[in-house]
Amino acid sequence: MENKIRVLIAKPGLDGHDRGAKVVARALRDAGMEVIYTGLHQTAEMIVKAAIQEDVDVVGLSLLSGAHMTLFVDVAEMLKNKGINDVLVIGGGIIPEEDIPKLNNKGIKGVFGPGTPCDDIVEFIKKNVKR
Amino acid sequence: MNELAKKTLQGDTRSIARLITLAENNDKKAAETLKYLHPKTGKAHVIGVTGVMGSGKSTLICELTNIFRKQGKKVGIIAVDPTSPFSGGALLGDRVRMMQLANDEDVYIRSMGTRGMLGGLTSAVYDVVEILDASGKDIILVETVGVGQAEVDIIKIADTTLVVIVPGLGDSIQTLKAGVMEIADIYVVNKADREGVNQTVAELESLVEITCANKDKKTPIIESIAKEKKGIKEIVTEINNHKKYLIETKKYDKKRRLRYETELIEIIRKKLMNFIYDEGKLKKTVDKQLDKISRKETDPYTAAEEILNKILK
Amino acid sequence: MFDKKKLELIKKEKEKWNKEIYQKTTSLKPERKERFENLSSNKIKNLYAPDDVKDADYLRDIGFPGQYPYLRGIHSTMYRGRLWTMRQFAGFGSAEETNQRYKYLLDHGETGLSVAFDYPTLYGYDTDHPLSRGEFGKCGVAISSLKDMEILFKEIPIDKITTSMTINGPAAIVWAFYIANAENRGISKKAIGGTIQNDILKEYIAQKSYIFPPEPSMRLIVDTFEYGYKEVPRWNTISISGYHIREAGSTAVQELAFTVGDGVEYVKWAIDRGLKIDDFAPRLSFFFNAHNDFFEEIAKYRAARRIWAREMKNLGAKKSRSMLMRFHTQTAGCSLTAQQPEINIVRVAIQALAAVIGGTQSLHTNSMDEALALPSEKAVRIALRTQQIIAEESEVTNTVDPLGGSYYIEWLTDEMEEQTYKYWDKVERLGGVIPSIEKGFYQREIANASYKYQKEIEDKKRTIVGVNQYKTDEETEIPILKMDEKGEERQIKRLKNLRKERDKEKVQKSLNNLRKAAEGTDNMMPYILECVHAYATLGETCQVLRDVFGEYEEPAIY
Repeated sequence: MENKIRVLIAKPGLDGHDRGAKVVARALRDAGMEVIYTGLHQTAEMIVKAAIQEDVDVVGLSLLSGAHMTLFVDVAEMLKNKGINDVLVIGGGIIPEEDIPKLNNKGIKGVFGPGTPCDDIVEFIKKNVKR
Repeated sequence: MNELAKKTLQGDTRSIARLITLAENNDKKAAETLKYLHPKTGKAHVIGVTGVMGSGKSTLICELTNIFRKQGKKVGIIAVDPTSPFSGGALLGDRVRMMQLANDEDVYIRSMGTRGMLGGLTSAVYDVVEILDASGKDIILVETVGVGQAEVDIIKIADTTLVVIVPGLGDSIQTLKAGVMEIADIYVVNKADREGVNQTVAELESLVEITCANKDKKTPIIESIAKEKKGIKEIVTEINNHKKYLIETKKYDKKRRLRYETELIEIIRKKLMNFIYDEGKLKKTVDKQLDKISRKETDPYTAAEEILNKILK
Repeated sequence: MFDKKKLELIKKEKEKWNKEIYQKTTSLKPERKERFENLSSNKIKNLYAPDDVKDADYLRDIGFPGQYPYLRGIHSTMYRGRLWTMRQFAGFGSAEETNQRYKYLLDHGETGLSVAFDYPTLYGYDTDHPLSRGEFGKCGVAISSLKDMEILFKEIPIDKITTSMTINGPAAIVWAFYIANAENRGISKKAIGGTIQNDILKEYIAQKSYIFPPEPSMRLIVDTFEYGYKEVPRWNTISISGYHIREAGSTAVQELAFTVGDGVEYVKWAIDRGLKIDDFAPRLSFFFNAHNDFFEEIAKYRAARRIWAREMKNLGAKKSRSMLMRFHTQTAGCSLTAQQPEINIVRVAIQALAAVIGGTQSLHTNSMDEALALPSEKAVRIALRTQQIIAEESEVTNTVDPLGGSYYIEWLTDEMEEQTYKYWDKVERLGGVIPSIEKGFYQREIANASYKYQKEIEDKKRTIVGVNQYKTDEETEIPILKMDEKGEERQIKRLKNLRKERDKEKVQKSLNNLRKAAEGTDNMMPYILECVHAYATLGETCQVLRDVFGEYEEPAIY
């Protein structure tokens, strides 16, 4: 049996819109991955702790409230500070085009906005997973 | 001793997590590392928690953990969820129900998929128990899927097994498979504020009368409302009582021996399967035999003997 | 409704037509799809005729507007008498910025105000709370105290215009801010009008901005009903919402069933408390989504009115004001695309038209850029103009319930009503609304519906223009709203000064009194008002309630 890709889907901050996160979680499951959903109202500490304990290959952050430049970056930086370099960090939600390159620079490698087919996310993960 | 083993014994979270992944993936490195860990195991008390979906297992585990933590114990939780037989993926949804524990440094939660084991527990779960034990956890809680063989298999891994029931879910105890009901060391009737609780407890009591007639210990029945933290202290007391009982009657060692036996057989089985399939040594032989079976030129028993003879020679 | 013999004849002739003419055409040229479905997955036939409306008794089931069962409209004149209120949901950054936006919208012809709050405010946290990090003003205006409310409505005639506030967990407190601000300006509580959303059930089901567990939340809501009808009689103390349930991915039928079901639940709780239905029911209001399926949405609004009227009658309502359902509508945010955003203007126009033909009392139209950010001035102006064109140029307002009598619409209205009662049966069997929430019934239905919808899009069974078909590579250049970067700093400073300058003893005393009231059984509104007048902050007041009631943790269902 081949190794499974393990993905953590997290909702940082106060945003309660979880429709997208749940749909993506199911799509990844259907693509053969093991998906752990953190639930709502996660701090960066909680997300990073879960990512370490579950030894995930991917951390997927979902945010629709506009606070992504702070909250996504918090997670990416905390992972870096803990010496974790082999986790793929991706994000989605309501993120203006102009913020995407900024997020890329801070370590969020893929940003998937409204209208992204789930297959695109699956392909991106398969191509970019580090282990 | 390799680095990974050293760090695991020190309780380094990242190393523990890494090692668990290697074990789940049947990586050779896992087996090598686990060799160093086994001598250091034996301290942790393993508690299995099983029961149907909706019985509140996750909440119960959360509350039990809170009490163990107050007692200064380090806790590891293994949450097992079914892997889809079609896609091979899994939604591991127990962690999200234990959010309360998210900020506690000394609680380690790992979500695992059943990964194709037909209802039973993967051998990886045995490895994870060893890993958490060796890394210093005092209590290890294993939450199982709650349907099928896994429910019963839990007794092979756990020192103490809790079977969680809810009043009014389905009709009565009789409808639950007999095997499942008998494995309990402790019965927990959760959501005890629901209608029908008295009837459920009464049915359990008569079941206990029958199954414990010739035993030296009657299985305790505890009512709880995990959401409101009611009944939890009583369950912890019974868990401790059970542990004492196992030690006094020397059954502890017998249970451990059963766990190791199951694990040993499982490892042998895996190695055998690897040998036949993955390492390609016998794949051609097996394929040929399968063709013959399909053409009714031979039968599965004869074929098995021939293959085994080839291996054992 | 039709003569029985005539109906039989029509049915026969229709079957003949189906066999001889229709099927002849389809065998030569098959239809574009094998099965035509609406968004709730109901099969839609090729044609609807009088025999589809079958048992309808016009006088009993359809009736006249302004009269039970209010199917055709809640007022006899509807838009001939008065147009719907054009009420654009708005809010971002600090109170100063949003105050400017309100003035802009009023200048451009909107007729009612609607406040969007930021996440910290929605959860009852002040801007300087650690959990507010990064969230200030991002999806709405930050209101941490009475002072902010004063700035928000500066130079706005709140005695002449009504304000709707989208706030749920801390709704009672934010309402108190509004009331206190009016009183400080010399405007009596009896004169102000508006709405607080205050619908906690749909928070548990869909929007997730809950704070406390169900029981204390319901108690607080009934407190507002009681305080409202006694002290603030022009105020709608609740906006029972389906919008968010739909946005979370439900079908139109689910939106209808879950929302009206929530409404009935609130009424039951209030009656249990001892309130008289005809006292508080006239001030209950509703809030629906306007999604893409034009006719389904219209049927949904009509069905909602009839179901509500019937249920209220069954619960003992005697006044007509208690039975007629007043609702606000917002076009579907989840239907907007980030790709080719200008075409969202078209989507919104069609959705808004459905809401108007469906008889909404007030309407918000989304802006084209909302899949990317909060609306820019230009985008929101176009959204407002959309409503004005429908009102002034399309002539759909010339008569009441123009689609009444359409065979398709009447059939679909009946169908949706029937399916609603089927859902209600399921909820009953699970033990009622709150037990169903705790068992995850609604959440599961919604998660399944949203996954199905997404799969249909990805499998190309459902076309979304610009997203999975008719795509373009050209880059869109539309201006995105930029917010004042110094806003958060300003707000935090304001809070610091507030805490320094106010009468600390008064604040402490009022918070203690609130705590005692919360622990007892008194109506909490007067105590909340006392805290607010003393300039206790939102966070401080909410914390008292958090201490007493605890916080809710949801059973996460995928």
